[in-house]
Amino acid sequence: MTSSKQALAHPASSAEAASGSQPGAARGAHGSGTKPPDPDSWRSRLYRWDMKASPYAFISPFFIIFGAFSLIPLLYTAWYSLHNVQLSSLDTQTWAGLDNYKNLLSSDFFWNALKNTFTIGVISTVPQLLAAIGLAHLLNYKLRGSTVWRVVMLTPYATSVAAATLVFTLLYSWDGGMINWFLHFVGIDPINWRESDWGSQFAVSSIVIWRWTGYNALIYLAAMQAIPTDLYESAAIDGANRWQQFRHVTIPQLRPTILFTVVVSTIGATQLFGEPLLFGGVSGSKGGSEHQYQTLGLYMYDQGWIIGNLGKASAIAWSMFLILLIIAVINMLLTRRMRKSQ
Amino acid sequence: MTTSELTLPQTRERKGRSRRVMGAGKQLHAGPVTYIVLTVFALVSLAPLVWTAIAASRTDRRLAQTPPPLWFGGNLFKNLQAAWDQAGLGTAMLNSVIVAGTITISTVLFSTLAGFAFAKLKFRFSGVLLLLTIGTMMIPPQLAVVPLYLWMSDLGWSNQLQTVILPTLVTAFGTFFMRQYLVQALPTELIEAARVDGASSLRVVWHVVFPAARPAMAVLGLLTFVFAWNDFLWPIIALTQQNPTVQVALNSLGTGYVPDQAVIMAGALLGTLPLLIAFILFGKQIVGGIMQGAIKG
Repeated sequence: MTSSKQALAHPASSAEAASGSQPGAARGAHGSGTKPPDPDSWRSRLYRWDMKASPYAFISPFFIIFGAFSLIPLLYTAWYSLHNVQLSSLDTQTWAGLDNYKNLLSSDFFWNALKNTFTIGVISTVPQLLAAIGLAHLLNYKLRGSTVWRVVMLTPYATSVAAATLVFTLLYSWDGGMINWFLHFVGIDPINWRESDWGSQFAVSSIVIWRWTGYNALIYLAAMQAIPTDLYESAAIDGANRWQQFRHVTIPQLRPTILFTVVVSTIGATQLFGEPLLFGGVSGSKGGSEHQYQTLGLYMYDQGWIIGNLGKASAIAWSMFLILLIIAVINMLLTRRMRKSQ
Repeated sequence: MTTSELTLPQTRERKGRSRRVMGAGKQLHAGPVTYIVLTVFALVSLAPLVWTAIAASRTDRRLAQTPPPLWFGGNLFKNLQAAWDQAGLGTAMLNSVIVAGTITISTVLFSTLAGFAFAKLKFRFSGVLLLLTIGTMMIPPQLAVVPLYLWMSDLGWSNQLQTVILPTLVTAFGTFFMRQYLVQALPTELIEAARVDGASSLRVVWHVVFPAARPAMAVLGLLTFVFAWNDFLWPIIALTQQNPTVQVALNSLGTGYVPDQAVIMAGALLGTLPLLIAFILFGKQIVGGIMQGAIKG
């Protein structure tokens, strides 16, 4: 060890001498590092190695877990989507080419699921985010017990999808359900929330809205509190009333946050699964007797684990991913245009 | 002394004027309308949970009648016990504690390490790798479940808890959350000082990073526990009613495992109770964590 090191050090120093001048501070420092006694040098080497390697060591758990349980499976899912993989006979997987995808594109259920995912996505996300902005605006006032208000608004978030859906399913039951009972006071006949087309989609959306409005309100609230006060002051000096201030100061300042919540909600809506599954009860994976609220996530589960066609389920999963990528690109283009127009 | 006396009236004047001119400033006190609307929001938030407890204290027959019950009955403990035994909520709660507990500890630990590296250490490709980490949050879990299910069957791991623990041992969200916190909360000079003293990276992490990161680690722990407790898609594919987590047991209840509605509501109540208690105890920290993650994210 020591001798080889010294041997290495010699040519370096002679090269330095040959060049006749100081060829850069870095090299000089490196040369002087080899001069001190040996125990110090292996320590400093270890130290340097530690400095270099430790960042990678620190981030490696994430990348190992991500690689093993997301990235490699994602590629395998693509592979399986090109094969015929049946739950009943896992050992025989035959090449199927694009058959699974062709199958999807010609299936009414796929388009139905796509349409339902879109409809439920819109009627759950839009009211949710609008209500969240309004709620955040109210929470931004100086309130008595402001923390308590915030925690209360967040409690639905503590309720799991499964628990919330079980409760809402009972609330929405046709006979003896709380919601139909309330409706009868305003003279509305009992609605069959489970069977009717729009009724079931509305019911499923309401579970999403209930669980996520408070959460999004807190995100908007955080952004509202970061808006500099002098923006409001100068708007007020210009004679803007409270609504105009909200419209022309708060909303534009919230724009990045709104975009962020829209993206997160869109990702969530594309994957919507637990709510329609449990809302459907025993035959939940079908999304109702007429597939009224079968979403893409539900369709995938139904095809893969109820019917047992894992190849087709893989194709549905990749379709979901492609849809998300398309949305991401549209989103990026919109953001860029918004930035330009500003 | 003199300067403060001089500036005092000035600030008072400015305060007065600003209150007059400003409409929607932040120091504005809430009026009665605000409180009324907030109360409505609060009722909508809490009513379904309160009603769950009411329904859990009734009988299946009573729940099928109109009008629905609006106050507690006497069957709460009977139904809770039925949910605990028949619906397997007892096993499920224990399993969920193990699963969510392990995921929380490991996520907090690994996320802090990775977050520290991204926040304070210089290394090649750090920017690209951070972007990649954030980008992975966009990938839906649906893209992984088919191969994971097949591998799990090959390994003979069906119904074993490690199948739901391993995939979420560390998250992109946690890494990003810790990075955002440490960028501001951990002074770079502190690390440099430890380095000059010849401290190894592990010593720096132990003596400098962990103490500085502790508040954020606690919040990330709470958020991760909530997430892990409520995780749904992969657990219901990987586990069955033989060895369920809480969400798997609730899913079985929803598909007719025990057809008694009052018992189902008792199950929903039991499965939510640990998180409700956590919200009562640490609500302030959880709210703070979500808001903190939001500003910087």
